[in-house]
Amino acid sequence: MAARTVLHDADIARALRRIGHEILESRRGDGRLVLLGIPTRGVTLAERIHRLIEEIEPGVSEVGALDITLYRDDLARTPTRAPAPTRIPAGGIDGAIVVLVDDVLYSGRTIRAALDAIVAHGRPRAVRLAVLVDRGHRELPIRADFVGKNLPSATSERVSVRLSEVDGVEEVTIEP
Amino acid sequence: MRHLLSTRDLDRASAIRLLDVAEDMAQTADRAVRTLPALRDKTVVNLFFEDSTRTRLSFEAAAKRLSANVITFSAKGSSVSKGESLKDTAQTLLAMGADAIIVRHHDSGAAHRLANAGWIDAAIINAGDGTHEHPTQALLDAFTIRQRRFGTETRGRGLDGLRVAIVGDILHSRVARSNVWLLHLLGAEVHLVAPRTLLPTRVATWPVTVHKHLDEALALAPDAVMMLRIQTERMRDAYFPNAREYGREWGLTAERFARLGPDTMVMHPGPMNRGLEISSSAADSSGSTVLAQVTNGVFIRMAVLYLLVAGADESATGVNG
Repeated sequence: MAARTVLHDADIARALRRIGHEILESRRGDGRLVLLGIPTRGVTLAERIHRLIEEIEPGVSEVGALDITLYRDDLARTPTRAPAPTRIPAGGIDGAIVVLVDDVLYSGRTIRAALDAIVAHGRPRAVRLAVLVDRGHRELPIRADFVGKNLPSATSERVSVRLSEVDGVEEVTIEP
Repeated sequence: MRHLLSTRDLDRASAIRLLDVAEDMAQTADRAVRTLPALRDKTVVNLFFEDSTRTRLSFEAAAKRLSANVITFSAKGSSVSKGESLKDTAQTLLAMGADAIIVRHHDSGAAHRLANAGWIDAAIINAGDGTHEHPTQALLDAFTIRQRRFGTETRGRGLDGLRVAIVGDILHSRVARSNVWLLHLLGAEVHLVAPRTLLPTRVATWPVTVHKHLDEALALAPDAVMMLRIQTERMRDAYFPNAREYGREWGLTAERFARLGPDTMVMHPGPMNRGLEISSSAADSSGSTVLAQVTNGVFIRMAVLYLLVAGADESATGVNG
């Protein structure tokens, strides 16, 4: 069976706009917001959410990238991967509200590694998690604060997020 | 990549990947917590049959920054014949569960033998074998040149079109050999400068241009001038008349240094003989990369250890994240 598209470009745009609003509301008027995308597509999503927030409340958020490769718990089980660059905004993350941004939330292991990576960079006031798709099947006690779409899936199914900046197309698909 | 024995074994893509990963490692240096968990529970052995403070410390720092357990085995002074001692030692290390062995040995080819004799199943990293190779030194030199030339725009780049002069005792220098292959691979133009007595006979087959006089090479406005250490312990072998004459003919004197362009890098693998192969004015100048080379050495060795030791064999089945 072929891949089924569950989010089209307009759906993705709407989901990100809602996430942007929710992030601003949850901030309750205080504290710096630092959006950190997890490479590759999380970085693209974080930059988009940052631009949306800038339109609503200019200057309240900053954006960066957080590579988690060196903090993974499955390094020794998979072929070596080259890390991607990490970019932390100049002000650092101490005392900030860090919002981790990723494309798909699945086992939760990426986020666990990201929490370790964050600790290596400083001590934020709070860490939140925003994902475009939550497909379930958590292996760790981790949940997202901001979710674009909950997508019940079987572990055998494959969920793919494609973004125009990275992939040339804009869609979320699920295939058996 | 299973071992790192020689820069000759690298292809261009894997060399650039290694330099890029070293950039990632360099990025971690200003974090609040610099120690990375990537080699947690791995055992890295420093096996040194020959004195080396800098290289050993650099590897040790790199392994510890990656959370590896580090064992240092200083095998110097062993009276057992070479082949046997290497084999016995390898089996001892195997019994200790070594994941990687960093080996320095006075015999050319020792690392290669350790990797290929079937004695031990660990990643072997050559930290200098006789007059043969010292690949991590060449990698850190290439990294330093790339960083100085391209600043923050280094990733994915080689050293294409850059001109590097390597000056001094080429004959005995494993640093020079490793650099020749690597710099050539990365697209740099390599010039060697040495008295005829300090050039290997095979140099004619190398991808380099040879100069007898330093001034001749400096007139080509090289991007980097790499001064090799004159190993004073070899003075008595009469490769050149005396230290003073060597300095006059092949040393980077204050006068020669003053003629270099402001962007020319002055490199030295250390330790320096000030006043012999390099003047203090050159060594302490803003063009000098000597301290950067030491700093970058840790990042390069972190990258090598990470790429060789952290992951499962390339043939192992991948798991999606």
